[in-house]
Amino acid sequence: MNKAVREAASQKLVEGATGRWEIVVGMEVHAQVTSQAKLFSGASTRFGADPNTNVSLVDAAMPGMLPVINEFCIAQAVRTGLGLQAKINLRSVFDRKNYFYPDLPQGYQISQYSDPLVGEGVVQLDMPDGERVEVGIERIHVEQDAGKSLHDQHPAKTYVDLNRTGVALMEIVSRPDLRSADEARAYLTKLRTILRYLGTCDGNMEEGSLRADINVSVRRPGEPLGTRCEVKNVNSIRFIGQAIEHEARRQIDLIEDGGTVEQETRLFDPRTGATRSMRSKEEAHDYRYFPDPDLLPLELEQSWVDAIAADLPELPDDKKARLIAEYGLSAYDAGILVADWETADFFEKVAAGRDGKAAANWVINDLLGALNRDGRDITDSPLSPDQLGAIIELIGEEVISGKIAKELFEIVWTEGGDPRDIVEARGLKQVTDTGAIEAAVDEVISANPDKAEQAKAKPNLAGWFVGQVMKATGGKANPQAVNALVKKKLGVE
Amino acid sequence: MSDLTTLTIAELRDGYARGAFSAREVADAYLAAIAASRGLNAFIHETPEAARAMAAQSDQRLAEGAARPLEGIPLGIKDLFCTEGIHSQAASHILDGFAPPYESTVTAKLWDDGAVMLGKLNMDEFAMGSSNESSYYGPVTNPWRRNGDETPLVPGGSSGGSAAAVAARLCAGATATDTGGSIRQPAAFTGTVGVKPTYGRCSRWGIVAFASSLDQAGPLARDVRDAAILMRSMAGHDPKDTTSVDQPVPDYEPALDQSVKGLRVGVPREYRVDGMPAEVERLWEDGVNWFRDAGAEIVDVSLPHTKYALPAYYIVAPAEASSNLARYDGVRYGLRVEGDDLIDMYEKTRAAGFGREVKRRVLIGTYVLSAGYYDAYYLKAQKVRTLIKQDFEHAFDKVDILLTPTTPNAAFGIGEVSGDPVQMYINDIFTVPANMAGLPGISVPAGLDAAGLPLGLQVIAKPFDEAALFRGGMVIERAAGRFAPTDWWS
Repeated sequence: MNKAVREAASQKLVEGATGRWEIVVGMEVHAQVTSQAKLFSGASTRFGADPNTNVSLVDAAMPGMLPVINEFCIAQAVRTGLGLQAKINLRSVFDRKNYFYPDLPQGYQISQYSDPLVGEGVVQLDMPDGERVEVGIERIHVEQDAGKSLHDQHPAKTYVDLNRTGVALMEIVSRPDLRSADEARAYLTKLRTILRYLGTCDGNMEEGSLRADINVSVRRPGEPLGTRCEVKNVNSIRFIGQAIEHEARRQIDLIEDGGTVEQETRLFDPRTGATRSMRSKEEAHDYRYFPDPDLLPLELEQSWVDAIAADLPELPDDKKARLIAEYGLSAYDAGILVADWETADFFEKVAAGRDGKAAANWVINDLLGALNRDGRDITDSPLSPDQLGAIIELIGEEVISGKIAKELFEIVWTEGGDPRDIVEARGLKQVTDTGAIEAAVDEVISANPDKAEQAKAKPNLAGWFVGQVMKATGGKANPQAVNALVKKKLGVE
Repeated sequence: MSDLTTLTIAELRDGYARGAFSAREVADAYLAAIAASRGLNAFIHETPEAARAMAAQSDQRLAEGAARPLEGIPLGIKDLFCTEGIHSQAASHILDGFAPPYESTVTAKLWDDGAVMLGKLNMDEFAMGSSNESSYYGPVTNPWRRNGDETPLVPGGSSGGSAAAVAARLCAGATATDTGGSIRQPAAFTGTVGVKPTYGRCSRWGIVAFASSLDQAGPLARDVRDAAILMRSMAGHDPKDTTSVDQPVPDYEPALDQSVKGLRVGVPREYRVDGMPAEVERLWEDGVNWFRDAGAEIVDVSLPHTKYALPAYYIVAPAEASSNLARYDGVRYGLRVEGDDLIDMYEKTRAAGFGREVKRRVLIGTYVLSAGYYDAYYLKAQKVRTLIKQDFEHAFDKVDILLTPTTPNAAFGIGEVSGDPVQMYINDIFTVPANMAGLPGISVPAGLDAAGLPLGLQVIAKPFDEAALFRGGMVIERAAGRFAPTDWWS
């Protein structure tokens, strides 16, 4: 573990009272496996069902019940491992992690301890400043989720909902390779993107299908790793930043005040943005891990793994590289487009046979902007790729101006319809008839003789005339033609 | 009518085929015998209505000429098996009132084959014990007594109720389970035949778990043929138990008539333990001679790690049990003793719900799995287990079956040993190695000791070679004859 000694660039160090500190972060991400059925039972995994309706005899730990591995969940975890360029262990073992709690009916969680399904892998982060950060994945193991204890349903009692009990989780353990809150956020964002590309986890943090425990420590640059604290209950990407910044600051202040950091588990409180002690190392459970005797070691065929590998989709890093190469996009734009595979997919449909850069601009600036404004997802965009593509075509064909195109976008957004028909029906075509434009230019110049005179000395004023002409023509005049005529008539060429 | 209860399963089968009696008559005879024998405490829950209904159905099938392999055969079921809507409490207080909404795979197979259910049989609590004294429902009394002595004796355990019921003719056969000897030791103590199949031969689904890597269901019967008949119905792959093995289940009855000429019978020298009574040793020699006389080849073999089997077993089994029994927490079913808070409720429920032996094993198991002790105990015990397995593999390079005594002694008095857990554990010394190695074993009555109590010999075979158990068992049965206690209890 301690061999990870990536040193942060100096701008990532944080100032303390006695000098600069480096933040070291590793994450354990619990990702709920996308699957119809649970890891060891046939019960449904549907979110939001009435309490205790998705519970099989196995989930409720009835006497004599036995777990049977759900092959699909294993395939999903293998797929995830392959997506993170990780080693797939053809032999892995399920262990029991023993502890008592009412939402854990068996009295143990079936997990993997010494022999996980997936070994070392890597996640690449492209930071906004252009730095590329490689985050090592130490392992991914597969385990059962616990149920939910509901403490707010009754003044004195705790209710237990076992719907989530036994749902498959992947615990994705990173190496302590992250050096700032920004990197941690970027890591979880990237990991979520990859999981969504793979279709192995929906990444929904509000519903708890993606949860992160964060290990935070601080050290002086170049020194060995400090003592870490594990921060739990961080259930949004925004909170991850807050939790790390708060926890790092707490540790720095503690050390600078002459104290020492004690290894412990801390809880993040989203209302205060602070972390507080949950249990110390001494209070840590002795989980008494041992191989689950109800399950034989999991042995996979290499050919089975190979078949999953052959079926992997294009992943964000590859897609980004391809978009840059194929459409001439900037790394920045490509990065935005590949953040969701649905967005990238939408973009590629818009760009097909059209100007890729224009398509990227429209998707990023106009479409994503409008979706964001209306709180919609790209999967229920009111505008289809074909509709947006038609708008871009109309500009290219000089049928409409860019300004009209924005109007047209809004019309299609709210009313729908074929953009070409709308342009036709509402007379939005730009005027390319030079005679008509010339008349309009003459009219504006003759109405403003003073300005026309001034323009001879200050050629920049030509822009004002262009604006007036565009206004007079309702924006439909071809801007290039107006520009040329104005300059000619004003004699400012 | 009571003589119907003296018939074996094979004899009942023949009688039904001839129309000599009805399934209902047989069921009633057994129900009457059970009602008259409650002093033995073998049954802890009787199901006369189910018995009569199932017998009526069997009569219908018999009349239609559509008899199944166990048509109309009345069986007792160890309380460890979950039976739908019926008392399934592992003879523990903590499962008070538990009647599951499901049927164990093994019992479901028996009913599918036409067997008739008489009720649930007493046992050591959670199958932990070798004398049936740890049952929440009190001890079972062995139908056997020493000559001229009315001291109540234990029937062995944990399947003490099953063994006593079969010996006392309260059921034609019984289901049982064997984790360290819980079928074979009570069989030896009651003059019955008990089979512990290969691990994975019978499904564990629906059987309350004690030690998952060791537990196996098997039959207890009056003779070797009956055991073979029951075995065929109980065995088979079950997709709901991933440790069950997908191997065809043969008809074991043809093996009964197969000669043992040329069969290589191993006699493991390490089973000659210090302090073993002379009569047990003599009986073993008799057994060797019976096999030799039947044409088998006798081979001395060595199982060098035998002496470590019992201590390793008493680490592995409690470790698994401590985890398997965590689910009995008062939250969802069975007993709950209210407390001031959650932890208090857990503690009070488990303190009241588990008996002394179960608590002892949960404590041992928790200890050996604890951080800092795991390597020294659990991991070491697993390594020993591998060595024991290898011992058997080497022996089976040279021989086809092994012949050993089942127990180092005959049945003892109720209360005589229960104060000394280690002395009690030594009862399993000859049976535990087969569980540790996952091998099939059978105990067949081989004679009576000086006090007139039955003693058994054990045959151990290669994995999934249960047929060899029956083939070997017949040699003992033919030579030794069959043993039945004289009825003093009804």
